Amino acid sequence: MKLTVWTYEGPPHVGAMRVATGMRGLHYVLHAPQGDTYADLLFTMIERRNHRPPVSYTTFQARDLGADTANLFKTALQDAYDRFKPQALIVGSSCTAELIQDDPGGMSETMDLPVPVIPLELPSYQRKENFGTDETFFQIVKALARPMERTAHVSANLIGPTGLGFRHRDDIVEVTALLEEMGIGVNVVAPMGATPADITRMGAAHFNVLMYPEHAEAAARWAEKTLGQPYTKVVPIGVGATRDFIAEVAGLAGVPPKFDDSRLRMPWYSQSVDSTYLTGKRVFLFGDATHVKCMARMARDEMGFEVVGLGCYNREFARDIRALAKDYGVEALITDDYLEVEKAIEDLAPEMILGTQMERHIGKRLGIPCAVISAPVHVQDFPARYSPVMGWEGANVIFDTLVHPLVMGLEEHLLHMFREDFEFHDEAGASHHGGAAKLRSLDEVPVAEPEPAMAAADAAPAEGNIVWLSDAERELKKIPFFVRGKAKRNTEKFALEKGVTRISVETLYEAKAHYAR
Amino acid sequence: MKDFAPQLPAAGCRNTPVLKERGQREVFCGLTGIIWLHRKMQDAFFLVVGSRTCAHLLQSAAGVMIFAEPRFGTAILEEKDLAGLACANEELDREVGRLLARRPDIRQLFLVGSCPSEVIKLDLYRAAERLTQRHAPHVRVLNYSGSGIETTFTEGEDACLAAMVPTLPDTDERQLLLVGALPDVVEDQALGLLRDMGVAPVRCLPAHRAAETPGIGANTVVALTQPFLNETAAFLERRGARLLSAPFPFGEEGTTAWLWTIAQEFGVDADTFARVTDAPRARARKSVAAAAETLRGKSIFFFPDSQLEIPLARFLTRECGMTAVEVGAPFINKQIVGPDLDLLAEGPVIAEGQDVDLQLERCRAARPDLTVCGLGLANPLEAEGMATKWAIELVFTPVHLYEQAGDLAGLFARPLRRRALLSGLEGAA
Repeated sequence: MKLTVWTYEGPPHVGAMRVATGMRGLHYVLHAPQGDTYADLLFTMIERRNHRPPVSYTTFQARDLGADTANLFKTALQDAYDRFKPQALIVGSSCTAELIQDDPGGMSETMDLPVPVIPLELPSYQRKENFGTDETFFQIVKALARPMERTAHVSANLIGPTGLGFRHRDDIVEVTALLEEMGIGVNVVAPMGATPADITRMGAAHFNVLMYPEHAEAAARWAEKTLGQPYTKVVPIGVGATRDFIAEVAGLAGVPPKFDDSRLRMPWYSQSVDSTYLTGKRVFLFGDATHVKCMARMARDEMGFEVVGLGCYNREFARDIRALAKDYGVEALITDDYLEVEKAIEDLAPEMILGTQMERHIGKRLGIPCAVISAPVHVQDFPARYSPVMGWEGANVIFDTLVHPLVMGLEEHLLHMFREDFEFHDEAGASHHGGAAKLRSLDEVPVAEPEPAMAAADAAPAEGNIVWLSDAERELKKIPFFVRGKAKRNTEKFALEKGVTRISVETLYEAKAHYAR
Repeated sequence: MKDFAPQLPAAGCRNTPVLKERGQREVFCGLTGIIWLHRKMQDAFFLVVGSRTCAHLLQSAAGVMIFAEPRFGTAILEEKDLAGLACANEELDREVGRLLARRPDIRQLFLVGSCPSEVIKLDLYRAAERLTQRHAPHVRVLNYSGSGIETTFTEGEDACLAAMVPTLPDTDERQLLLVGALPDVVEDQALGLLRDMGVAPVRCLPAHRAAETPGIGANTVVALTQPFLNETAAFLERRGARLLSAPFPFGEEGTTAWLWTIAQEFGVDADTFARVTDAPRARARKSVAAAAETLRGKSIFFFPDSQLEIPLARFLTRECGMTAVEVGAPFINKQIVGPDLDLLAEGPVIAEGQDVDLQLERCRAARPDLTVCGLGLANPLEAEGMATKWAIELVFTPVHLYEQAGDLAGLFARPLRRRALLSGLEGAA
């Protein structure tokens, strides 16, 4: 038993719903009690889908438990087939149905429905949503796809995009364009937009583009073994990764790596002098493994940030993320416990978080700007405008995404210089964010009397019983909030190295000189 | 003597045959009530003993995450908890111990049963007793089930309040007990109106804090503020309390009828009643009239959701001039919504339970001007060209009593006004 306040992933049957809702012509019959239908609103509200997810719930109640829940399932399956006439069905149990062991797969076999019925085994008490997407898609592909003649013209399947995915809708467009520029056709995009009939044609592609390993790695491996289709390992998020992706695809397809990056603005935006202030910004990354991996590379190599910590919530990729963290010289945080992530961020005091909607809340609480780079999603992650994260336009979008939460350029300088201006102090936040600026009274002497909460946090005894003398503490407060965490940590690290236990103003500035670059 | 009772229609719906349906239900389970209950009871924590699905539901139903650390959480059952109940009980005790150590402000802890905990027969009643002994007197541990196999949406609040009834202290005091978790602004208005009429003492269940918990006894008169408190009402009666029977306080007419029933019970004369209610009644009528301009002559179809459907249909048909096509409720207890059924003129189909596909067929055939439904159905119906009102907003918005009557009507008018405002966007979905 584990106490959970917020969760990064839903149960695995929600993963199956994401696959089913992404597809067309497929129906999911879910053995589940009343209430599990809440998951419909994820799709109709967060993603603004204009149709109900193709899911029928058996809706069993307590009084059915002693009686005949199995029959209830059979009736629901027959009704779903009769009403929706899908090309194929997937069947399975939610967490509660798993306990009553009705075996939807076995029951559906006895019913002789005229379309394929694919049973799902999704262990709710061990696995989570991403396992559900990956396993469901794998089972569908395994059941329906067969080796067949390749398309005459070189083509690829795009696999991995699902319902409720972080920017999947627009990534498909961007990756399709990258392939088209090399003269590579798209055979099938799946699960998003595909019908079961499309899945049967997957074998015709020359290779697979594995867009999201979280959702289609099992299918990609199976297709490699059974359909003889190699798959891409590079995910094209970021400028460098997109170039690597193009090279990888060119190799797989046996075509020259042609591309048109005339609309790519990100490198120049990052090189232009206006971006100097981004240099060495300490960032913490957390999300699903794929997005974190790509964004870490972008953050360090393309934005000039310093990655001070990273991690992911999906344990399936723990090994990859640990290896990545080693490359970056940081500790990997593999956890699905929101409070642990909050603690790590609090301890590291980064200047910015690249995270999920959950970290956005942590950032709000700690006063640290946060850009959302990964699922779990929120209605805001489905913008009306075209907003991919993959390919050239994706790199442009990410540049904007990472810069937006920050206090920018000249504003940052002014805050350094005139931190005590009563209407332009650092707690007022970035001026382009709007919101009510907290005016200070002209008489207020802000430095001498820091907010108690902040004082408590900042004056907390550091490692090795280091104590901040009050002068030094006051001096620390004069440093704007977005670099204060860094200054505090550096000073303490410096003091520890030098064996200094009482930090004075001197120590603060010696540390500053020590770390000057 | 002047009478403030509402005028009955020629024929009401109390004896209308109820269409009972059984099939797929597009509703929340009782756990959802935690979203508002945890804010109402400020020293209570709601610990769901369930699965990742339960945790995900609470997070998703809340829509956006609540910024402050919420006073609810889920103890997620894992494989090893399913293997042996002894182990599950130990784990539960440990998690509760940790939680209470971290949150010393918690005085009431609700162990909330879920579908999985009910199916594996984890005895939360005994767990609550055991944990109460361990953590008394600082914390009282209670339990109820919010599971989907037993409760539909607002029945979760009913189960929670019902679980509190046996623990209420005895009192012989003649008192009025308002039952149901009202928004603070509404509760204050109710207490203000009753005080001005001279009704006293008035107490509320649930109270904001454990220390304010009301007593109960044979001289307690209960006025329900919500129509879904069936089990709570039965438990209160078992403790000797007497239940007032009245329409629910939605709209000017409903509020007047509800207050008048209380007034008569407590011997408030008509003049006093008029003096206290004349001004707010006039305000309510005026503000309802504004929204009613949009609603008059329009038809409405209710999918079952919160059990508020019957009182709301009564309000919308009688005070806003709408026509009800179908009024679906997850559960209909005529003892409690009878007075509202009496006032609702015959005509609409009264449906209990749900088979969502069949109901959607009826709804599409009827093409109502406005459909009240859950969030899973709203956008799909809008995309089919039908105006909808999300039912959950009715539970998350202050809608009771005079001062909110106009807001309540406005909630229904807004989707229609919006449709009228937008132009040139056809075919968008």
